Amino acid sequence: MDMPTPNPEVLAKKARIVARLNEVLPPDAVISDEVEVRAYECDALTAYRCPPLAAVLPASTEEVAAVLKVCHAESVPVVPRGAGTSLAGGSMPTADSIILGVARMTEVIETDYENRFIRVQTGRTNLSVSGAVEADGFFYAPDPSSQLACAIAGNIAMNSGGAHCLKYGVTTNNLMGVTMVTMEGEVVEIGGAHLDTGGLDLLGVICGSEGQLGVVTEATLRILHKPEGARPVLMGFDSNEVAGQCVSDIIKAGILPVAIEFMDRPCIRATEAFAGAGYPDCEALLIVEVEGSDGEIDAQLERILAIARTHNPVELRESTSADESARIWLGRKSAFGAMGQINDYMCLDGTIPVSQLPYVLRRIGELSTDYGLDVGNVFHAGDGNMHPLILFDANKPGDLEKCEAFGADILRLCVEVGGCLTGEHGVGIEKRDLMVDQYLPEDLDIQMSVKDVFDPKWLLNPAKVFPLASSEARRMAAE
Amino acid sequence: MMTPSTEVELAEAVAGAQSALRIQGGGTRDIGAPVQGAVLSTTGLSGVSLYEPGALTLVAGAGTPLEEIEATLAAEGQRLAFEPMDHRALLGTAGTSTIGGVVAGNMSGPRRIQVGACRDSLLGVRFVDGAGRLLKNGGRVMKNVTGYDLVKLMAGSWGTLGVLTEVSLKVQAVPEAVGCVLINGLSDVDAAAAMSAALGSPYDVSGAAHAPSGVDRHPMTMIRIEGLEASVSYRAAKLAEALAKFGGEMSVERDADKVAAGWAWVRDVAVMQCGSGDVWRMSVKPSDGPKLVEKLRALHAGLHVLYDWGGGLVWVQVPEGTDVRSLSFEGHATLIRGSSKTRASLPVFQPEPAPLAALSQGLRAKFDPRGILNPGLMG
Ligand SMILES: Cc1cc2nc3c(=O)[nH]c(=O)nc-3n(C[C@H](O)[C@H](O)[C@H](O)COP(=O)(O)OP(=O)(O)OC[C@H]3O[C@@H](n4cnc5c(N)ncnc54)[C@H](O)[C@@H]3O)c2cc1C
Repeated sequence: MDMPTPNPEVLAKKARIVARLNEVLPPDAVISDEVEVRAYECDALTAYRCPPLAAVLPASTEEVAAVLKVCHAESVPVVPRGAGTSLAGGSMPTADSIILGVARMTEVIETDYENRFIRVQTGRTNLSVSGAVEADGFFYAPDPSSQLACAIAGNIAMNSGGAHCLKYGVTTNNLMGVTMVTMEGEVVEIGGAHLDTGGLDLLGVICGSEGQLGVVTEATLRILHKPEGARPVLMGFDSNEVAGQCVSDIIKAGILPVAIEFMDRPCIRATEAFAGAGYPDCEALLIVEVEGSDGEIDAQLERILAIARTHNPVELRESTSADESARIWLGRKSAFGAMGQINDYMCLDGTIPVSQLPYVLRRIGELSTDYGLDVGNVFHAGDGNMHPLILFDANKPGDLEKCEAFGADILRLCVEVGGCLTGEHGVGIEKRDLMVDQYLPEDLDIQMSVKDVFDPKWLLNPAKVFPLASSEARRMAAE
Repeated sequence: MMTPSTEVELAEAVAGAQSALRIQGGGTRDIGAPVQGAVLSTTGLSGVSLYEPGALTLVAGAGTPLEEIEATLAAEGQRLAFEPMDHRALLGTAGTSTIGGVVAGNMSGPRRIQVGACRDSLLGVRFVDGAGRLLKNGGRVMKNVTGYDLVKLMAGSWGTLGVLTEVSLKVQAVPEAVGCVLINGLSDVDAAAAMSAALGSPYDVSGAAHAPSGVDRHPMTMIRIEGLEASVSYRAAKLAEALAKFGGEMSVERDADKVAAGWAWVRDVAVMQCGSGDVWRMSVKPSDGPKLVEKLRALHAGLHVLYDWGGGLVWVQVPEGTDVRSLSFEGHATLIRGSSKTRASLPVFQPEPAPLAALSQGLRAKFDPRGILNPGLMG
């Protein structure tokens, strides 16, 4: 992975930068020891690592502002970090950068059931936001599979999704406001307990900007009352085409399940071996979940099962107890772990129009044969967000490169059929160089000009999202 | 008036413009500070280019009449989820609204509280920036985090950042049944509490509005539920039970046409369509709504008021020239209908705090370096 050459001037003045950071932060909040900073050398895209110059762990918006003022004055690149679970290398440092972690900022600032929002510091984990309101019957809807670990900060930066976003939307649809610190150290308030904006939708562009426009320290999030209940059904089909058609028919029938998850044969086999969830041995499997009272669930499932029956399923399994529901979800939830047991894997997340599902799965199969690497597919079928998991052996020379080339081909395929490179994981460094396959130079230029406005010196997470060649002139001009 | 019939022609028109352009769709939403300039119409870019009911997606030229889109969707039992308002009666305009105008104004109706704003249904845009470049952002798929989200930025930018040429939207199935719990006779404060209770319930409410003076001049609170027949009857009964404690006279309307007419009345702010005075649209924290209205009433007796979005969207009709922002509240106010005098003297859009204003100004300078796209419309 190409990264820009670290700025020698910055490397040379490490001692001074650290001293200045120590002036504005408590002693335990600045980490500059060469061994200790290794804790921040990568995120969940572990194939790429680089220790930062230093890491700081501020405890308040004011401290974040103080850090950024120092870094701005010293022209030091800053890489914001939540929990470091990015799969795209979004929070991977460069050697001349300061990691700014919000992990110590975990407070709930305000909970308001009457107006249905919660305000938190962004270092708080996704699951513990729901945890804070759960006893009162509420929840925060976006639920990335990493929700136990990932922070709201990263969710906002990546505009993360989850299994239930078919009904509830992704982060941007549930974010009402933020406190953000600009690279210059200025604290700005955007949005709040009211809906929408009176001017340009700055909140909309900050969400999903991968830590390149500002450091988000607090967030107002929409909370909802929990549904009365939820129940999944499992359906097995003897081809991907038929399963894909079934998804489309359910959606067309006007029923909106909260989740429609899809697994193909390689993935079913792997999870069976790993978790023993009792899945049928078939080509394609769907898990469809609906919500409501018992009666409402019955009514929805009756329709869904009727549609499924028209596609000659090899298996239809309706849950009749909490235990059975858990078993239906078990395999899906352990899919990544199961694939990881077999080998190292790379997880992609291109999105395609649902109608292209059968074609894309067939092409991925063909590419798998060409490259000689196995791939399993498990994904959010309702919205076309695919997660092909390519298996490779990190210890085998050349395998990672082969896997990356295969992955790039799959993502180009997604774009070709009218989809996109990433549905929820973000571009980071991983898909940076593929951006030219989705966007023309002028489309990238207008995006980069947004960064020019928020961060004229290009100091925030500068080597991400845009191909280095595209951003080079701007990064150089800023140096 | 220029009416290019292709994106390329439109881009050339912008690139060749020597002075300000007034971007126009159907011209039904004459909102914003007055703009001087040659009219550039998008109506030549019309037509649905892709519609996949099984994927809930539709792509159309910006100049496509809203009615055409609604008819296309209705033929497959689908609709736009965000329920865009029809401004014609309120503003006294004629013509045909275009989908580009809907998106440019981020027009979101009562269902905003359940499914999000227009921007939340917007999957992708193609637009021409002020330099005449034809650009795209987003796409036609439901989930897309590839690069910055300029789709959201373009929604609600009122043609000041670029001229939309094509939009792609997520659509929704029309539910099989609908119902509305009606409560007659609540005070604003009790109505706000009732709406809040409904929205804080597990019953997936798709509309919560209160008219202090409803169709028959009595206070009327409306809570809408949509879904499968079994769901709607169950939820309506549950809500009626839960809301009984707020008093008033309760009934449940199950006639789909009547429910639709009632919500169109709310959506289009029918209560303010007659009479004179300025009409403001204010977005606030729902529980602040009644407090704000009380202060306004103290200044202007006989004020027309309508609450939507569970109390978070407050429409008021006030005497010409009234500056509702002088009350200072958290949120924002937009002057939707104003005399030319009011529009010239008060900012139509909520002035932003200095750091945000600087960011917005910076974005405008990048997207429209010559300042020719609806200059000054948003202030
Ligand atoms: C096993 C596993 C499963 C996953 N499942 C899902 C899933 O279902 N759906 C999904 O969408 N993602 C998923 N992810 C990806 C990842 O968890 C998300 O991208 C998550 O939002 C990252 O959060 P984080 O706090 O770990 O962010 P980090 O990895 O720390 O950072 C992510 C990005 O956010 C920026 N950032 C961090 N903090 C701030 C801040 N305060 N201000 C501005 N920018 C900031 C960083 O610079 C970086 O660009 C999964 C990851 C793993 C490892």
